[in-house]
Amino acid sequence: MVHQPPLLEIRNLRVEFPTRRGTLVAIDDVSLQIGEGEVLGVVGESGAGKSITGAAVIGLLPEPGRIAGGEIRLNGRRIDGLPEEALRRIRGKEVGAIFQDPLTSLNPLYSIAAQLVETIRTHLDLRPQDARRRALDLLKEVGIPAAEDRMDGYPHEFSGGMRQRIVIALALAAHPKLVIADEPTTALDVSIQAQIIAVLKRLCRDHHASVMLITHDMGVIAEAADRVAVMYAGRLAETGPVADVIRRAQHPYTHGLMGSIPQLTARTDRLVQIEGAMPRLTELPAGCAFHPRCPRAMDRCRADRPPVVSAATGHQVACWLFEDAAAPAERRDG
Amino acid sequence: MMDAPLVAVTGLKRYFDVSAPWLSRLLERKSRRLLKAVDGVSFRVARGQTFSLVGESGCGKSTVAKCILGLHGMTEGTLTFDGREITDTASRAAMAPIRRRLQMIFQDPYASLNPRWKVRSIVAEPLRAFRQGGQSGGGVRAQVGDLLRSVGLTPADADRYPHEFSGGQRQRISIARALAARPDFIACDEPTSALDVSVQAQILNLMRDLQREFQLTYLLISHNLAVVRHMSDSIGVMYLGRLVEVRHGDALFTDPRHPYTQMLLHTIPSLDVIGQQRTPLAGEVPSPINPPTGCHFHPRCPHVNARCREESPVLRAVPAGEVACHAVQEGRI
Amino acid sequence: MTAFGSAAAHPDPTQGQTLRRRLADSDLWYSFRTSPVALGAAVMALLILTAVVCAPWLTHDPFDLTVVDIMDASKPPAWMADGTWQYPLGSDDQGRSVLATILYGTRLSLIVGVLSVLFAVILGVGLGLVAGFAGGLVDMVIMRLADIQLSFPAILVALLIDGIARVALPHELHERLAVFVLIFAIGISSWVHYARTVRASTMVERQKEYVQAAWLVGTPASSILLRHILPNVLGPVLVLGTLGLAAAIISEATLSFLGVGLPPTQPSLGTLIRIGNEFLFSGQWWMTIFPGIALVLVALSVNLLGDWLRDALNPKLR
Repeated sequence: MVHQPPLLEIRNLRVEFPTRRGTLVAIDDVSLQIGEGEVLGVVGESGAGKSITGAAVIGLLPEPGRIAGGEIRLNGRRIDGLPEEALRRIRGKEVGAIFQDPLTSLNPLYSIAAQLVETIRTHLDLRPQDARRRALDLLKEVGIPAAEDRMDGYPHEFSGGMRQRIVIALALAAHPKLVIADEPTTALDVSIQAQIIAVLKRLCRDHHASVMLITHDMGVIAEAADRVAVMYAGRLAETGPVADVIRRAQHPYTHGLMGSIPQLTARTDRLVQIEGAMPRLTELPAGCAFHPRCPRAMDRCRADRPPVVSAATGHQVACWLFEDAAAPAERRDG
Repeated sequence: MMDAPLVAVTGLKRYFDVSAPWLSRLLERKSRRLLKAVDGVSFRVARGQTFSLVGESGCGKSTVAKCILGLHGMTEGTLTFDGREITDTASRAAMAPIRRRLQMIFQDPYASLNPRWKVRSIVAEPLRAFRQGGQSGGGVRAQVGDLLRSVGLTPADADRYPHEFSGGQRQRISIARALAARPDFIACDEPTSALDVSVQAQILNLMRDLQREFQLTYLLISHNLAVVRHMSDSIGVMYLGRLVEVRHGDALFTDPRHPYTQMLLHTIPSLDVIGQQRTPLAGEVPSPINPPTGCHFHPRCPHVNARCREESPVLRAVPAGEVACHAVQEGRI
Repeated sequence: MTAFGSAAAHPDPTQGQTLRRRLADSDLWYSFRTSPVALGAAVMALLILTAVVCAPWLTHDPFDLTVVDIMDASKPPAWMADGTWQYPLGSDDQGRSVLATILYGTRLSLIVGVLSVLFAVILGVGLGLVAGFAGGLVDMVIMRLADIQLSFPAILVALLIDGIARVALPHELHERLAVFVLIFAIGISSWVHYARTVRASTMVERQKEYVQAAWLVGTPASSILLRHILPNVLGPVLVLGTLGLAAAIISEATLSFLGVGLPPTQPSLGTLIRIGNEFLFSGQWWMTIFPGIALVLVALSVNLLGDWLRDALNPKLR
C-alpha cells in the first residue's frame, strides 16, 4: 500500500525488561510501518504493549527496559540503539511526542512561552525574538484564544484541554516528521476530546507530519486514523486500513473487541464478551497468546505462534485461521 | 411504571464552602465562595429499573449519588426511599435496615478494596454488619462462596488478597460486597470507566444479569453515553449541577431536545462512520464556583437569547420526559 | 519514571501483603541478602544482642557488691602491661570489669531505647490516626500540640521532666524509677514524627473508596480507624521506628552523660562514659573509650539497618 519508503519502519522489534524474576518480553516480534503524512493508530488494552512501542521509537523506555532485537528506522536510518546524545537531537526535531497527562507534560514553574521558546531554540537556530514570534504563531495555530496576552502565563492557569493544545504545539514546534501521541485524549472530557483530535489532525496535516496514535479508544481510531494496528500481549494481532479492520475484523480478538464496544446507535440485549482477561506478561501461554480466550482455537494455536500473513490487500493478521492465505507471509528475518 | 418509585429525589442541593479562611476574608474583604456542586436536582427511579445520570466531569453526578447514599449531607432537598422520607443523614445512619438496602459500587477498582484484607473479610463485612449469615463462621464462609460464584469468581478466591486480581475481577469483588447486604438499590459510580473495553462488556453483562436475578434498582453514573444507552431505562443529563434533560427509553438518543444533549451526542465518536469529523463543542466547561448566570449553558449555546442569560429554565414535560430549556419551551428549536 | 507505560497493568505485587508475608516474599529478603551493608549491620546487631542477653553467663554482675574487689581497681586492658585477662578491657575505679559494665550498660541502653520508641509510636500513631481521621478542630488541636512539642528541644524536655521527678520523688524511689522517667521523657519528645506521618497517610486513606464502603455498611468510626486504616498506614512507621531507636539510644546516652539520666548504680553506656570521663586525664582512658566505642557500634548498626529498610521498602526506588 505504501509505495515510497516508509517514514518509520519497525521491524521485528523485541523489547525486554530484565527483572530479578526473569526476563519480561513486553514486545515480541512486532513490525509496523508509517508512511509520510499517514496516521497509524496503535490500539490495544492495558498491558498490550502499545505505549512501550511508542517509547521504544523515541528512546524513552522506562528502566530497566531495553530493545533486545529488531530495528527501528526513521527515513531509512536506524535510530534504535543510538547513544543518548544522538537520540536527544532526534527528539523534538524529527520525532515529537504527546503524552497522556497534560498536567505533567508541562513544567509548572515556567511560562508556556518560555517552554516553547526553549524547544524551538534547541532545534532551530533562531534569535530569541524570532523564536518567540514562532511560538506565538504555533499557539494561534492550536487555537489558544488571546494567545499574545496569555503566552506568558503558567500552565496551571489553563484548562486541561488548553494544556493539551499547548503540548501539541510543543510537539510540533521544531517541525518533526513524526509525532507519537500516547493516549492524547484519555484524560480529557468527552467534549474536549473531539476538539483535541481535530487540532491534532489539522496541525499534522498542515505540517506534513505523520502520527503514531496510541490509544485504547476505538472511537478515536475510527475518527482520526488511516490505518490501525491491533496489539495483544505484546504481539501484533492485526494491521490494516481502519475501515477494513473495523468492519471486517479478521482476527478473533479484534472481532470480539468490536463486538464488546457498546454502540451509541443501537441498543443490544447483551454485549459480545470475550471470556477471561489478557494474560500478564509473566504468564504468557505457549503458541498464540490469545488461544485460551479464542472461540475458534485449534490445536495448532496451542502449540505454535502464528506468523503475520496477508488476509487482504494491505490487511495483515497473525492467526492460524489464515494459514493458507494467498499472499506470502512477511519475511520474519528481515 | 406508575406505581411509587423506589427512590425519589426532590430539590437536592449540595453546596461546598470553599471560602478563604476567615482571617484572609476579613483582611482582603473577600466574600464567601460556594461551590454549588448540585444545584436543585429532582428525579425518580422506578423499582427494578436503571436510571442513569450522565454528564462531564464536574457536573455533580457523583455528588448526587453520594448524597442519596448518605456519604454527604444535603444542603437542601428531600429524599424518599420506598415511600419513606430519609432526608436526615443522621437518622438514616442510625436506621440499619434502611442503610442496608442502599449500596454502592465505586469507580476505582484499586482503591475500593482494602489492600490489607482478604477477599473473604471484604465480602463478609456487610454480612457481619447486617447479621445476614448467622453468627457461625461456617455460615458466613458459605455465603461468601455463594456471592463470589454469583459474580463469576470461585469460592477459593476468598483466601486471596485484592492485589492478586485484575481490575475487572476487583470490580466483581466490589459487586459481591455490595450484594452481600442484600440491597434493593445500588448506585454505580462509573463502574467500568477504569476497565478495558472487553472487560467492561463482561461487567456490564454481569450487572444486567444480576439485576434480573435479584430485582435490583440501579442508579448508574457515567460519562460514556454508549454504555448508558446499553444499560438504562431512563437517563438524566446533568450540566454544572443541574438536570437539563430527563428522558425514558431510547428517547434521549432518537430525539434529543436540549442543545447540550445534542452536542454531547455529536461528540461521541462512532465506529459506524469512519473518518467522520465530530463537531467539536465550543468553549470550555465553566467552573462550578462561578457558574454563568441564568441558564448555565448559555455561553456555549447556539440558541441563546436574553432570557437565557437571566432566567434559569425549569424542567418541563416533553414526550417521554422533561427538558429545561427556554428555546425548547418557547418553541424556537 | 517516564510518561509511557501503564502502571495499572502491572500492579505492584508486594503492596497489600501482611508484614510477615512481605518479609518472606523475595523482594525484601533478596534486597537484604544482596546488601553487604545490611548484612554487616544485622550481624553486628545480632552479636550485640546476644552478648547483652547472655551477660549473666559471660561475666559477673559488676554491681553485685560481693563480687567486686576494690583491690583490682583501675587495672588497664589485658594487652597492656599490668593488665590481666580477668579484666579484658580493664577495670574501673571501683574494681569492676569494664567489659561487664559495658554489657550491662548496653542492656539498659537498649531497654530504654526500645521502650521509649514503643511509647512514642503508640502515642504518635494514636494521635496521628485521630487527627487525620477526625479533621477539623481535633486535628488542629493535636497539630498545635505537636508544634509546641517540637519547639522544645528534646533534651530540654527530658531535663524538665527529670528535674520534676527528682524534686517530686524521694531519692531512692527516683533511682528505682529512673528508667521509667527516662523512657517517658524520651518518648514524649519524639512522638511527633510518627504522628505527622500517620496523620498524612490517614488523610489519604480516609478518602479512599474502601473506607466509604465501610461507612455504607455502618461500620463505626473506631472500627474503621483500627481495622481498615491502621494496617495501611503502618508501613512508614516501621522505618521511622528503627531510625528512631538509634536516636533514642543516643538521646539516652546524652542525658545520662549530662547526669540526668540513669544513675551510677544502674548505669547505661552514657553514664559509664560520664564516669569514665573523670578519669580520662589521669591516664585511665579505657574507662571511657570502650563504653564510647560500644555506643557507636550499637547506634551504627541500628542506623544502618534502618537506612536499608527504608530504601528496601520504598516503592519508588525499586
